[in-house]
Amino acid sequence: MSVPMKDGSIKRRPLKRGWTDTLLLVVLLLAVWQGLAWVIGAAELPSPFTTIAFTGRLLTSPSFWPHLLETAKAFGVALLLSVVIGLATGFLLGMNRFAGDLLEPVLVAVYSVPKITLYPILLLLFGLGIAAKVAFGTIHGVIPIALFTLAAVRNTRPVLLKTGRVMGLSTREMISGILLPAAMPEIFTGLRLGFSLTLIGTLLGEMFASQRGLGFMLMNAIGLHNVDVIMALTFLLVLFAGCASGFLLYLNRRFYQHV
Amino acid sequence: MKRATLWRIGLLAAAVAGLEILCLAGAIDRLTMQPPHRMAVDLVRLLAGGALNAAILKTLGNAALAVVIAMVVGVAAAVALHRLPSFRRLLDPLFATYYAVPMFAFYPLLVVLFGLGDTPQIFIGAMLAVVAVIVNTLNGLDRIPKVLLKTARVNRLSPWETAVRITLPCAAPYILGAAKLAVAYALIGIIGAEFIMSTSGMGYEISYAYTNFDNATMYPLIILILAVSIAVNTLLARWERALMVRRGLA
Amino acid sequence: MTAAKKVQIATVAPKVHVSLGAVDKEFAQPGRPGEIVHALGPVDLDLRQGEFFAVVGPSGCGKSTLLELVAGLSTATRGEVAFEGRPIHGRIPDGIGVVFQEDASFPWLSVHDNIAFGLRRMKIDRAERERRIGVALDMMGLSAFARSFPAQLSGGMRQRVCIARTLVTEPRLILLDEPFGALDQQTRLLMGDEVLNLWRKTGATVLLITHSLDEAALLADRIGVMSARPGRLIDIVETGWPRDRDSRIAQEEAFGAITARLWRLLRGESLKAMGKVGGET
Repeated sequence: MSVPMKDGSIKRRPLKRGWTDTLLLVVLLLAVWQGLAWVIGAAELPSPFTTIAFTGRLLTSPSFWPHLLETAKAFGVALLLSVVIGLATGFLLGMNRFAGDLLEPVLVAVYSVPKITLYPILLLLFGLGIAAKVAFGTIHGVIPIALFTLAAVRNTRPVLLKTGRVMGLSTREMISGILLPAAMPEIFTGLRLGFSLTLIGTLLGEMFASQRGLGFMLMNAIGLHNVDVIMALTFLLVLFAGCASGFLLYLNRRFYQHV
Repeated sequence: MKRATLWRIGLLAAAVAGLEILCLAGAIDRLTMQPPHRMAVDLVRLLAGGALNAAILKTLGNAALAVVIAMVVGVAAAVALHRLPSFRRLLDPLFATYYAVPMFAFYPLLVVLFGLGDTPQIFIGAMLAVVAVIVNTLNGLDRIPKVLLKTARVNRLSPWETAVRITLPCAAPYILGAAKLAVAYALIGIIGAEFIMSTSGMGYEISYAYTNFDNATMYPLIILILAVSIAVNTLLARWERALMVRRGLA
Repeated sequence: MTAAKKVQIATVAPKVHVSLGAVDKEFAQPGRPGEIVHALGPVDLDLRQGEFFAVVGPSGCGKSTLLELVAGLSTATRGEVAFEGRPIHGRIPDGIGVVFQEDASFPWLSVHDNIAFGLRRMKIDRAERERRIGVALDMMGLSAFARSFPAQLSGGMRQRVCIARTLVTEPRLILLDEPFGALDQQTRLLMGDEVLNLWRKTGATVLLITHSLDEAALLADRIGVMSARPGRLIDIVETGWPRDRDSRIAQEEAFGAITARLWRLLRGESLKAMGKVGGET
């Protein structure tokens, strides 16, 4: 058995096959969409072609951009906060056994709770506006990042840590040289989940109580029963979320999964 | 009890006490938050009064239904996908990006498809939950040692017997993990849908109370939802842990 | 295949229990379509009714493949495997029990229920089932652990659970795929005695796959020696041990002679097997 050759082929093949698979999946989904559109009728569910055409028109209409910017801003800030707070919490709790034991169940409990119920409280605390949306997006995203980082740091093989200690590494060197690289694949999973949930949280926040942003636009369109706008926005969001998630997956595979 | 558990209880008690003091002292005004003892009293009054029992039953009943649907469909789909690796590979990117998609955007479409009743809400809860069930169950099925499947063949078990007697029991801890996620996602889906666009259910009542500054209804309902979801989650986690311990995995 | 071509050492014609006729096994290489690995064969071999037959060979020579073919877990590319006169075509025949090298105990079942596993689908009444389980528990020294779960037992005891689970179905052919490979030396010796004991009591035919020359020399009536890949039988060594034997025969002179002979036969093949690994990489 030629081990190195086998390794090389494993590294290349699934990636290539992955692309054709993804393409096939996209075609499949579009076909299902088109099929449903035929069955339900274009008045209620526009076909892929109509939706894409309308999306193009939406993207060129000036009234659309302020909403997109508003959502992008809220999402960006929420994501930044989620990542920074999540990683910090994860490392802190992962490296300190007692603190981890103390707070992990609390994080798990909050993770499992339907957070939308907490939104009114956030609204009362932060008032209507971008701050509440950011806070809502952040509480969605921060917990998976913290939990995955915590688990990854805690599960780092003890022998690696011993090696570091024998070499006399400082805490900072320990984190950057051993803990972070060893934990990175799992942290990436947490980041991917955190990304998705932050987006969902931000949009939900806008849907429930906001006067601006894509979530507000979506709610408005639902109220007016404007299926074209609903489908175009959903399509854009799915496209964005799908591409971002795929990109993060690709980064993870490319850099951190040493197959 | 473990030291961490005691400390955790202490910490939570201190947090509640702190809130109580801040509220009573007026640092947090009554329009923002009620003192915790008030929430407890209101919750008892609410449950005893029975005015919201219909909403509570509706939401929890729908959530239970969504969980059952998601578990049955999800486990069956996972077993099928596990036997069809090429199809599974095709759907993999879909599963990987599924939770990045804001599912509530499809709600209007579901209303068109299923009408205005509870069905679209149950559907959204089940839709959110089912992929978590599939992914977790598949994870469990992947970890079944090959030698156990060989043993099944040596014992000449049919595919059905293999599933019931080997595959599913072996993956049981992962399926329980899936159930935990299913409960969480179903509640998120259903309460979220009620929140945004419904005229009944706990989510709607919370949202209604919020717009009417009715904190005496809003906070108890929030606490009730949190308590139910945490309680169910804890129970399933206990069970899962017991299975893991029995197998020497925890 | 004619009988003359088969490796036959016995003078009186014994009853043939398992026969392999010109069996070949080829694998497609996963990830490298079009490339085919010739893993095994051609192999001609008859196992006599009630004998203890061991197969030794260098690593990667297809010993386990041979066992899987006999168990019906995989199908021969060419040639025929027959059990009790009936050909096996990738279909697991009745009357065969297999013990694998890996721990195959079911972690969700108690020791008792693990052992009962194979019996549940046989049409046996409850009393008989419990009697058989009791005998197996007793024989394997597991009586005190009937209610325990595998995770609470040592590796050796878990393997005993698997042996007991096979035993209760009263197989006429027992296939052992390096069943003690994961155990320490002392445990291996004691388990060997238990297997001999079991073999005598049940009268079953045993096919043992092992990489340990000592183990083969200690346990078997006959030892098939296999070449490096593609695995063929290069010789069959008769040990001539009495049926009533145990691990103490390791002290006898003949034992040393047998292992020395096995090593003479295998040394070149093992070097070949190692060289192949080094050469390809």
